Amino acid sequence: MSEKKPVRRGFDKNFMGRILSYMFRYYKWQFFLVIVLIIVTAVCTLQSTLFTRTLIDDYIAPLLGQSNPDFSALGARLVKLASVLSVGVLSSFFYHRMTATIGQGTMRHLRTELFTHMESLPIRYFDTHKHGDIMSVYTNDIDTLRQVIGQTIPNFVNSGATIITTFVSMIVLSLPLTVLSCIMVTVMIFVSGKIGGKSRTYFVRQQRNLGAVNGYIEEMLNGQKVVKVFCHEDKAIADFEKINDDLRDAANNANKFANIMMPIMANIGNISYVLCAAIGAGIALSGVFPLTLGTLVSFMQLNRSFSMPVTQISQQVASIISAMAGAERVFAMLDEESEVDEGYVELVNVHEAPDGTLTEAEEKTDIWAWRHPHQADGTVTYQKLQGKVTFLDVDFTYDGKKTVLHNIDMEAEPGQKIAFVGSTGAGKTTITNLINRFYDIADGKIRYDDININKIKKPDLRRSLGMVLQDTHLFTGTVMENIRYGRLEATDEECIMAAKLARADSFIKRLPDGYQTMLKGDGSNLSQGQRQLLAIARAAVADPPVMILDEATSSIDSRTEKIVQEGMDALMHGRTTFVIAHRLSTVRNSDCIMVLENGRIIERGNHDELIEKKGRYYQLYTGNAIGG
Amino acid sequence: MLKTLMNEIGEYKKDTILTPVYTAAEVLMEVLIPYVTALIIDRGITAGNMDAVLVYGGLMVAMAFASLFFGAQAGRHAAAASTGFAANVRKDMYRKIQDYSFSNIDKFSTAGLVTRMTTDITNLQNAFQMIIRMAVRPPLMLVMSVFMAMTISSELSMIFVVAIVILAFLLTIIIANATVTFNNVFRKYDALNASVQENVSAIRVVKAFVREDYENRKFTEAAVNLQNMFIKAEHLVALNNPAMMLVVYGCIISLSWFGAKLVVAGTITEGNLTSMFSYVMSILMSLMMLSMVFVMISMSTASMKRIYEVLTETPDLQNPAEPVMAVENGDIDFEHVSFSYKQGTGEKVLKDIDLHIHSGETIGIMGPTGSGKSTLVSLISRLYDANEGTVKVGGKDVKDYDMEVLRNAVAVVLQKNELFSGTILDNLRWGNPDATEEQCREACRLACADEFIEKFPDGYNTYIEQGGTNVSGGQKQRLCIARALLKNPKVLVLDDSTSAVDTATDAKIKKAFAETIPGTTKLIISQRISSIEHADRVLMLYRGHVDGFDTPENLLKTNELYQEIYNTQIKGGGDFDQPSAA
Repeated sequence: MSEKKPVRRGFDKNFMGRILSYMFRYYKWQFFLVIVLIIVTAVCTLQSTLFTRTLIDDYIAPLLGQSNPDFSALGARLVKLASVLSVGVLSSFFYHRMTATIGQGTMRHLRTELFTHMESLPIRYFDTHKHGDIMSVYTNDIDTLRQVIGQTIPNFVNSGATIITTFVSMIVLSLPLTVLSCIMVTVMIFVSGKIGGKSRTYFVRQQRNLGAVNGYIEEMLNGQKVVKVFCHEDKAIADFEKINDDLRDAANNANKFANIMMPIMANIGNISYVLCAAIGAGIALSGVFPLTLGTLVSFMQLNRSFSMPVTQISQQVASIISAMAGAERVFAMLDEESEVDEGYVELVNVHEAPDGTLTEAEEKTDIWAWRHPHQADGTVTYQKLQGKVTFLDVDFTYDGKKTVLHNIDMEAEPGQKIAFVGSTGAGKTTITNLINRFYDIADGKIRYDDININKIKKPDLRRSLGMVLQDTHLFTGTVMENIRYGRLEATDEECIMAAKLARADSFIKRLPDGYQTMLKGDGSNLSQGQRQLLAIARAAVADPPVMILDEATSSIDSRTEKIVQEGMDALMHGRTTFVIAHRLSTVRNSDCIMVLENGRIIERGNHDELIEKKGRYYQLYTGNAIGG
Repeated sequence: MLKTLMNEIGEYKKDTILTPVYTAAEVLMEVLIPYVTALIIDRGITAGNMDAVLVYGGLMVAMAFASLFFGAQAGRHAAAASTGFAANVRKDMYRKIQDYSFSNIDKFSTAGLVTRMTTDITNLQNAFQMIIRMAVRPPLMLVMSVFMAMTISSELSMIFVVAIVILAFLLTIIIANATVTFNNVFRKYDALNASVQENVSAIRVVKAFVREDYENRKFTEAAVNLQNMFIKAEHLVALNNPAMMLVVYGCIISLSWFGAKLVVAGTITEGNLTSMFSYVMSILMSLMMLSMVFVMISMSTASMKRIYEVLTETPDLQNPAEPVMAVENGDIDFEHVSFSYKQGTGEKVLKDIDLHIHSGETIGIMGPTGSGKSTLVSLISRLYDANEGTVKVGGKDVKDYDMEVLRNAVAVVLQKNELFSGTILDNLRWGNPDATEEQCREACRLACADEFIEKFPDGYNTYIEQGGTNVSGGQKQRLCIARALLKNPKVLVLDDSTSAVDTATDAKIKKAFAETIPGTTKLIISQRISSIEHADRVLMLYRGHVDGFDTPENLLKTNELYQEIYNTQIKGGGDFDQPSAA
């Protein structure tokens, strides 16, 4: 999937081309069929337009003055016309249906691709982009593309087909008049370009003002309680009215130009029509070129059909402008670089023979091993998964400029518990994010069971690590499904076992539908403590040899906290654990405590050793004055 | 509902009326133009009369310019009217929200109000513009075209009548069905986006559990589902065009047949017949437009309803008729107060609270989550009204005070606090717009905020980003405390406001309070024993009632709940690594 990134130049064409290529990729033959059907429809429509001439010249004029006119020829001709027009109606029916299918299908592919791609993006992407902005790609930007794919493109094809078929017929009818019509259409295109350009400037300004108003509303309403507590209402209203007026003026201008486009276009069309009539009549009467009355009448109608699509396209300008901005953001996201995974060591199930030899197993055996293929001689070795983690002189930087972790050295033996303590921003969370390769280190080495983690396939590495984060995220679905998220194959019994281990079972049973209770909106119907218990159960069902825990801070009350603590303790039992600790009991039970400050480990040792030292840890522990 | 919204048109009434007037004039021209076209053909081309061609052609050009003028005017006024209308609605909604009490805001939720003020207003603006531009056009076009057709030939016009009935019937069926289907689709669409939202915020969980493929499968399934529903809905709409073509073609064929007979019989001219053909188009086009207007209106009614709700919500706290304009001291009395967020039906959050706090006391408030701590203090500054009993400040019922006076005397540092984009000084002056820089510095010294502010390169002029994202949690809390101090309040309420401040700094702040503002009553909500152990008295709340209210020493002897918290925190369970000042 290492496609070359397209060079972002001549963007306008590029984006249309990209959208078209999507429609093409999945709906090639349908796309062509639609074009054919559109042309058939246009030709049929043209038949009805041209028929006026036939009607007047061939069927009415000869009968004029006859005392006993015979209309049977006309009748036969009308039946023929009716059958042609039925074809038009049918093909219109089919192409509209197919356009809907293609449009929605393309949207679905685009949406799925966007989502799949998003899931593959590194954590860094989500850290550096506001979640609101990411969401707006799905909610706003994709919608503008829906417009383009569903309406603008079919309209263009349709208008194009109409213009071409009309143009051909016009040439057949009268060359000089065609030239005239073309001149007028050129004028229309020129004028619409001019107005469109003006309109675009104002639309951009309107968007900017709209953004300002939305931003202000969001900020002030989020802080509305503060506004009230400080009696700041009048000031807030005054500020708002100012930007509100700015928005109104910009919106007014933008809409004004968009609104007058249509009458201008339509009336240039009218003038073109008059010129056509006058000049046509002049030609017909002078006899310079052969031109019958019927032909002229037909031509005048063609003149109409010729300028109409131009008017229609000019109406699409606004939606194209907004689609362009939308498409830019959609494609920008699609062009983001995915997470790179160059690992080749895999995690597999094995059987262990009494002598310690490991053989790979197809089925689940509860014994895991690293499968290590050696490129040099083509052999494969297996190494039992144990859960040893080593950091060797690790440096890390988020942005390539400011180093946030310096010379981190540490070793966790299987089953050991390592606690990180230190103030916010000291780098505790960052260290844990390096173990599962949410971020890649700048310098040094991290080893898992003595294998460089860069050599391990990311999914396998992460599968071998459990994580309970401080802010718990749950998914829409039942409680059971949320626990099973840890291991999709887990049976109901296994999930309930995990919940019991996590001390979550008792509150789950009290929920209205027990394990089948639906959770909505990130589990908003649960308390903070309950959500944490579920997150612990979720990690427990995954049963990984290494756990990363981020203890919650003070937002839950003492009673629930105690239960959460018990759950955490149960989860840590018998595993290598890295815990970002906030509680004394956790720290005291740790095999090793790392005290972090400004990205460096400044003290390490167990509780007693560190208390003895009377350093930073001692200060934190006793709550005594902290220097600085 | 419509009446309330119509009132918002306000000073744009002129534009609103002129739009349809100009549109009507434009339509008149548009209808007359085919008539003149007929004249060009009949009197000019057919008769071989070049002068007539030029005269009628000139007339038509003049009409085209008139039509252009009217159309442009209509467009201009429509833009002014609709954007002005939207601006008025936005302004009034904003004003209205400023009058809301906390419970009004809670009812809609902040996110809900933001959507109503942005997306819904945009929808309303578009619908409004559509209505004033389109409401007169299609019906007028229809009536005039039919009328013109009638003057040419009442017999041929019967074809139109039949066509109109058929098309109107078809369109109604299609649109009625499509609206229902589309509403379902949009609900599904929202659900799909909600699941994206979930993935974005839980991306660490997804990646930690290697569930990318699982999520992709789930999403694809939902997306395919949505696609099929969309296709179903759009297939219905796709019937519009062929239906229209069918009717138009039917008209053309019947017109040709009957028209030819009439022309041959000499009843009408060839030019008349040509005009009839163009009236077919304009009549049926106007029907199509009419149907679009209905779709627009039906799609915007949901937005209209939501806006209306905001505009007509009655703020449930009102200033008394003759308000008391000064708060005497910091005495606080709760006399048998009960409260529930949902009046009448809801569970009582506070039950029969009876408390008396003297001016200048420092009161610690503790209790498990949901025990009613924040609710209790909210009643003091009258952010909510008690359902039963009386809350008194300075010996008078809070309902008797002017709200602004009361809230200036009772400074609350909220649990979920916000800073606003602007400099630190701007933010501080929310507390007191006239505060000098020296006063601001003093307040920051008290709140222990001076030390970090002075380390910023721009000091007190440092720009705070929206939501205060460029200061840490602890710094934000201290700024919020300083801001509240600038009010010189009689009562200061800290609702878990030092949770992100380290213990040492916390103690320093509390000490500064005791020394510099001894006359101010201080209420401190906290989960931390260390924050409140120096308070004069501690209030233990449990499930909405007073579990204990005594000095910390006495509570430790008598109150089980307090003992439990004390034991977990002081004897080996507490948290110690709160962010330090450094």
